[in-house]
Parts: sequence; C-alpha cells; structure tokens
Amino acid sequence: MATPDRIPRWDEQLQRRLARGEETALGELYDRLSPMVHGLAGRILADQVAADQLTREIFAQVWEHPEDFDPAQGSLRSWLGALTHRRAVERLRARRDAERAPERGTGATEEEIRAVATAARVQYVVDSLPQPLRETIAVTYYDGRTYQETARLLGISEQAAKQRMRLGLELLATELADERARQEPHPSRRDGDGHGDGDGHDDGNTADDGHRTGRGDCDCDCDEGERT
Amino acid sequence: MNEERHDALRSLLGAWSLGACPPRESAELERHLRGCAECTEEAARLRDAAGWLSLDEPLDQPGSLRQQVLDWCLARRPAELPVPAWGMPYTAETAKLDALLRDLGPEEWQEVAELPWHGGAELLRPAEVLGRLTAVDGFLALALGLPDPVPAAAPSAPARARVVERRVPPQEAAVPAPRVPRVPPQGGPSTAVTARTARLLADQAGLPPQSVRARWRQQTHDLVRGAALAPQGSTPVDLGFAVLPLRDAFVDRALECFVHGEDVARAVAYPYDPPAPQHLRQMVELVVRLLPRALAGLRAARPQPAGAPGTAGPAGATAVREPRRLRLVVDGPAAGEWLVPLGGEQAGPPGGEPVASMVLDGLELCQLAAAHRDPDRLPVGEHGDRAAVREVLHALPLLSRPRAL
Repeated sequence: MATPDRIPRWDEQLQRRLARGEETALGELYDRLSPMVHGLAGRILADQVAADQLTREIFAQVWEHPEDFDPAQGSLRSWLGALTHRRAVERLRARRDAERAPERGTGATEEEIRAVATAARVQYVVDSLPQPLRETIAVTYYDGRTYQETARLLGISEQAAKQRMRLGLELLATELADERARQEPHPSRRDGDGHGDGDGHDDGNTADDGHRTGRGDCDCDCDEGERT
Repeated sequence: MNEERHDALRSLLGAWSLGACPPRESAELERHLRGCAECTEEAARLRDAAGWLSLDEPLDQPGSLRQQVLDWCLARRPAELPVPAWGMPYTAETAKLDALLRDLGPEEWQEVAELPWHGGAELLRPAEVLGRLTAVDGFLALALGLPDPVPAAAPSAPARARVVERRVPPQEAAVPAPRVPRVPPQGGPSTAVTARTARLLADQAGLPPQSVRARWRQQTHDLVRGAALAPQGSTPVDLGFAVLPLRDAFVDRALECFVHGEDVARAVAYPYDPPAPQHLRQMVELVVRLLPRALAGLRAARPQPAGAPGTAGPAGATAVREPRRLRLVVDGPAAGEWLVPLGGEQAGPPGGEPVASMVLDGLELCQLAAAHRDPDRLPVGEHGDRAAVREVLHALPLLSRPRAL
C-alpha cells in the first residue's frame, strides 16, 4: 500500500477541484487516468463498446461523488484501478451468466473469468511499474533487444539493465502469485486491495505486497544489485 | 562454481527470461540452471511472469471517447465552472497531442518532424515542437496573468523591438512576382516570436523529453483552467503577428496544436485524427475571419497590380471602390458558407454579386492556412473570376506564422 505521506498533492487538489465542479479538473483526471481505466476495462471485457461504456461510468462516478475517494487509503490511480477492475469483472460475470444455458455448470466459466482477470491485473501491474523498469522491459521485450543493446539505448550500465529486468519481472511474478492466491478462496473479493502505488514513485513499493507469496530472498539480491 | 560466478549468472535471469541474452551467455546460464536449484526456482518464476507480457495490446482508445465521457459526466452533473466553448478545441487538441506523446519511445523522441510554413519548412524533434508550442502559448498565459514560460531576454535582444498594434502579416515589400513570397520576413513582430521560441528551446535543451512534455502539458492545463475560472473572451492577446481576442487566440492555438501534432505523428508514423467537427468549424470560422488580413498582406507584397496575370487584378478593383467579394463554400464536417471581401479590410457595401465562388474541404482549408498544402494543387471547386480564387488560395498560407530561427 502507498503510505499517506507519499500521496501526491495532485490527488487531493484534484479531488477538491472536482468537488467545486471545475470541468477542467474532470478533463485533467481523464487525461491522466483514462489510459489505465480504459486499458484495464478493455483487457477484461475484450469488447470496445463495453470498455468505452465502463470508462464513462467510472469517470461519472468520480465526477458525481469525488468524496468517495479517500486519500488516506492510497493514490487516486490505485483507487480507480481497483474500482475499474471490480466493475469490469462484475460485468464480465453478468455477461457470462446471461450467456450460459441454465443447466450447465459454472466451473469453466468461472475459470475463464479468473484467467482474464489475472491477465488484466498483471498487465495493470506492468503499466504501473516504475517508469525505469517498465521502459527497460518494454524496449527489450517488445522490440527484441539484448540487454546490452537496451543498456546502450537507455544510456545505463549493462548491470543496471539486467537488474531492472530482474526486478521488474520479480514484481510481476509476485503480483501473479498474489492474484492466484487471492482467487482461490473468493474469486470476486479483491477490490479492497489497491495494490500498491500505481504512480510508481518507488521501485520497491509494489514488492511490499509480496509477503503472501514465497518470494524468498530476492529483495535483498535485487537491492544489492541495484547498488553495484 | 564459485559464488561470484553464481551471482553473475543469477543477475542474468531477468534478461534471460525476456530472451535478451546473447547465445553464449544463455548457454552458460542454462548449463548452470541444471545444477542450481535456487536459480532454477527463480528462473521458472520470472519466465512465467515474462509469459504474461505477450498479452495482446489493449484496445485502442478512440480519440472521440474523451468528449463522449466528458459529455456523459457533465450531463449527469453540470459543471459549476465550465470550460467556455472557445476553449474546447484547445482542450481537445492538446489532449490528443498528449495522448500521442504518451506512446513515444526513446527513439521516437529523436525523430525529426518537418514543419512547413509559408517561408519554407523547419526540422524539429518532438520536444522542440513542444517548446515552440509552449513559447507561443505563453502569450495566452501572459494575457491570463499566468507566468511566462519563456525566460526573460537579455537586455539587447531584439524582442524589445516588437510593435504590436494592427499588424498585417509581415511580408517583404519588394517581391516582383505575383506569387506568394517564399522568403522569411526580416525584422518585425515575428522576430520577437522567434526570439522567444529560441530562448525557450535553449532553456529546455538539456531536459529529457518527458520533462518538456510535462511542462507543456502543465501550461495547457493552466491556460484552460485560467479561461474557465475567469472566462473573458475579449481580453486582447498579442500573438506577435496579430492581436486577437482571447476567444480567437484559443482557437488559433488549437489549430496550431493540431497542425504540429500531425507533423509529429507523421514523423513517427502514427495515425492522427482530424479535429472534431464542431472544433473544426470554429477553426474554419477563425481562418475566414483572418482571411482579409492575409489578402492585405499578399497585396502589400506586390508592388504593382499590373504584374498580375489574367483579368484586372483585385488591387485595381479596390482602386475603383467596387465591392468585390468571393463566396467561400466549405464542405465536409465543418460545412458553411461565407462572403469574403476581396478589397482588403475595407469591404464595399453588401449586396453585390460575388465575383467568384470556391468550394473546398474545411480541413484542407485549415491546412492550407497553416501552409501545409500547396495552393496550386489543392482540389478546389471554382466558378467565376479565376484570378480572385487564386488570390484567396495564395493568401491563406500567409496566415502560417513565420518562425524560422
């Protein structure tokens, strides 16, 4: 979880401006967070119209009830991420229920929903990774570079490039294990957990969620590596 | 295997999981994995995580969604402090450019965009394009009482030579051919504009592109907010080439942002949507309102009407005080019809038959006004006095700002 003293002032100022009815605050909120909201909705719902519609509803909710956001609980980004995720999964489940013939079981469908939700969640974590880690992974993996080429491109040492890749994947692996563990008992009970600092101010922050999983000694190694 | 070697190989696990190790290092690491349970466990976990990276790209966020979402929200709870209608094109165009910039990778920030204007073309990187937009937007900031993004000039800088009132677009006085003058103007108010831009570009030269983007974006947000909190559309804004009321200046800047956003998009081979129809309509209206100034500028650049080809030149018509007007029909999403006085800014009495009609697309009209189209090659439906149509077509690019450094 993000600690309250690290919440950017932007969140609270924006909340006040939304409460005052400033249209520009709504526009700025949209510009800052719509890629996340729409991306998450799109990944879960896999349907352009449904994703657009959910995006509309999420922003309308904040615009109509800016007071629902509690800055003490985390960043606006993580709050909106959790809200979007919950609503999208609810909608997906409703859609599957409507499509399902009444006599058929729910097992496979529930599993599908879980897989989609997990994928979306992980992607959300990718999007929320601290910028240096995200950038390093993106230019390496999506553009098919070696770590040496990435290091040259970004003007960092090869050691730093390797470390960023390892730490970034470690954060993803943690989220993935976390997500799977959460889904086992209660596949739908996941919204209360704004998972860390979506604004990515702190490389180590998301890893704080990792206590539930066997992530072993990696934190130490990574921290050491980052310094060498 | 000593411990040092183990650590070295282990540090490769992230890169290896992303398929980013050269073959020799991969082979060595894979041999090591067969004998090291600790590394094998981590390798499996990271590999699994990397597998999730190859998810499909998310759905594209359609550009029109922004307006749909905001309209939807505002219908449910009207804004107490709305953005004035004349601020909307600027809001939308800056948001669109920002969305493009969000997706640029480090290499794309190094691409060079070509920015044509009526005196030639400039070659700028995306961050420099932003610097230029920021510098000129700074005139609106000054009018709204916001800080100037441009650092103060050194005392001897030519910026102080600015003369503002009722300027026509600056042109060379002695160009013999009846063509659009293709030389950058010397001196005059544009020098102040380009000097400002140069100072801002020098000031931001050492910044990473994302910081330049953040500065530009913050100013665009501050400008719209300033306009929304105290919507005084008639406040005069000195844009260097002209003094426009704030409401027009915002539309002018929206058009400029669109045009240069498209320049950047072209350089990085991304698609870029045209302005929304209602915003394009505001831009077309502004261009039509500014057209008489451009015509006057074109005329000022010609020493004698006798040099004009074809019929008696429009300057000759002005001499006998005939009310010559042209019917400008814009089709496409911003469709409309205007009567443009051809006699410079002193129009004759209304009612006379237009000497010519021309039909063109609204987006093309705006792009021509930004000198992004060739007036001799633009598809235009024309009827009547051909010379008058040519004159309007050649005057429009003069509205593009001189900005060569």
